[in-house]
Amino acid sequence: MLIDWFTVIAQIVNFLILVWLLKRFLYKPILDAIDAREKRIAKELADAAAKMAEAQKEHDEFQRKNEEFEQQREALLNKATEEAQTERQRLLDAARQAADTLLAKRQEALRNDAQNLHQELSRLTRQEVFAIARKALADLTDTSLEQRMVEAFMRRLREMDEQSKAGLTHTLQTTSDPALVRSAFDLPEPQRAAIQQTLNETFSAKINLRFETAPNLISGIELIANGQKVAWSIADYLTSLDKAVDDLLKQQKDKADAATQASAKSDLNTQIGKRAYEIYEKQGHKDGQAANNWEEAEREIRQEKYPAKVEPAHKAKAALKPEAKAEPELKAKAEPETEAEPKPEATEASKPEVKTKAAPDVEAIDTPKPEAKAETKPEAKTAPKTEAVDTPKPDAKAEPKPEEAKPAPKSQ
Amino acid sequence: MHLSPDEIILWQFGLFKINATIAYTWLLMGVLVIGSKLVTRKLSMGLQRTRWQNLLEILVTGIQQQIAEVGLHQPRKYLGFVGTLFLFVASAALFTVIPGYEPPTGSLSTTAALAICVFVAVPMFGIAESGIVEYFREYLQPTVIMLPFNIISELSRTLALAVRLFGNMMSGAMILAILLTITPYIFPIALSVLGLLTGMVQAYIFSILATVYIAAATRTGKPAPKSAKTQAT
Repeated sequence: MLIDWFTVIAQIVNFLILVWLLKRFLYKPILDAIDAREKRIAKELADAAAKMAEAQKEHDEFQRKNEEFEQQREALLNKATEEAQTERQRLLDAARQAADTLLAKRQEALRNDAQNLHQELSRLTRQEVFAIARKALADLTDTSLEQRMVEAFMRRLREMDEQSKAGLTHTLQTTSDPALVRSAFDLPEPQRAAIQQTLNETFSAKINLRFETAPNLISGIELIANGQKVAWSIADYLTSLDKAVDDLLKQQKDKADAATQASAKSDLNTQIGKRAYEIYEKQGHKDGQAANNWEEAEREIRQEKYPAKVEPAHKAKAALKPEAKAEPELKAKAEPETEAEPKPEATEASKPEVKTKAAPDVEAIDTPKPEAKAETKPEAKTAPKTEAVDTPKPDAKAEPKPEEAKPAPKSQ
Repeated sequence: MHLSPDEIILWQFGLFKINATIAYTWLLMGVLVIGSKLVTRKLSMGLQRTRWQNLLEILVTGIQQQIAEVGLHQPRKYLGFVGTLFLFVASAALFTVIPGYEPPTGSLSTTAALAICVFVAVPMFGIAESGIVEYFREYLQPTVIMLPFNIISELSRTLALAVRLFGNMMSGAMILAILLTITPYIFPIALSVLGLLTGMVQAYIFSILATVYIAAATRTGKPAPKSAKTQAT
């Protein structure tokens, strides 16, 4: 028999024991370990997935923010550019306006200077003429100036034309008040008598006279009767002289103006400025080239406009020179105030923009040419210089730099 | 020349005796249990683990997977029984490489004992799964007339299981012994390798059949078990 039943039972028992032992020592621990590991892996995977999801979310968020930021940046940039453009335009306008204002002010100031000088000259001339006349008279004759004056006065009375004589006669005869004879000096008795006599003769009547001294009469003598007046004074001559000077000045001024307009002087710098800005734009808005641009523009404009400049020759000389002697003093006095030769520094100072960019020659151009003043000088030896052409200095316009918007008009 | 290791009696006291079958079975048990204990004494829960642990994990999960493939939904419940069947039979065949060793499965007593275990275990698992009434009602399916046939089927398959394993294991050892006497040296070695292979196959077949029977018993009211696998071997 192949089956031993004892062995069979023993093997069944053995097998059951083995089952229990293996369960205890093999399957359970191994399965537990596997379970634990799987759990752990699952957990880690879940964590990783969660982290991934979070990262994705953050990434999305970041991207969104980035885009938003980009857009904002774009918008800001655009806005800033626009604002800068506007501001630039505004500054340019302001600078131009300031330059214009400054120019106008300067022209006004020059005009005022000219006027003041003119007045001063008139006054001086008057005084000088008077002094010279007095001296000349005194030197040439033995008689005193007053005596001569009285004589001249009397001669005038005698030589009065009929009509005025009749009017004056009528006045003198009808009025009861004595006629007033005023003089800048005290008339000595013989002269008073002579005047009385002349009057009597002239008007064929006895004229009541009252003599009076009026120092403010400029070396003259006058007869006043009821509102009518016969006078002789140096002031008369001076007035004539004054008138002559005025006429001359006006004439010259007109001439100068005509010349200015003809040569479009005042436009010159504007044109140069425009050209300079064109060059500036052509070069691609490069800063720091302003001076060079200006020079170039000026050179071009000049070549276009004045291939050969004709200087308007003002000959003020001929006009007035009352007395040769008068010249030296006049000149001496006049100069300090007139600024006939504008000093470079003065010019520069008056121009706000010169500091920043004006090329050296620009200043030369800009030298405000107070020709008017120069010409007012009686001697008028100062022949207007060639630069007269370039007079206008509105270079301020030419430099459309925002920085110049704040010009310091300290000089004037 | 003996057909079964049962015939080698090492110690006998009346009815009690210790023959080679029992002795080698104890040896196998000792190796399996001590080896398992040594490896599982310090198990790693992390990703890093020892090679031995890895080997055991492969074995256990492999068996578990096979049980699940057969159709048992809770493989862990049957892992102890089926897994031990496989490990015991497989190690019994594997140890044949050791000279002088007699596989305990080469004894019809051992295979009968294993078959009896399966014979008892199958209804037990079935009852545990679906209740005693439900389980025995299965024998009356589809009709009451089928009851004797069902009982015969139960008995015959247990017998077949025992004899199949015994025949394979015994023949392997027998052929080896005969060939050793006829053609020593090379030929027995080739056959020994073949014996290893058949041993492993038998271990697989034995445990899988047991699983299939258990699956059939526990699948009350569920689709019929795959009888194709049963017939295959």
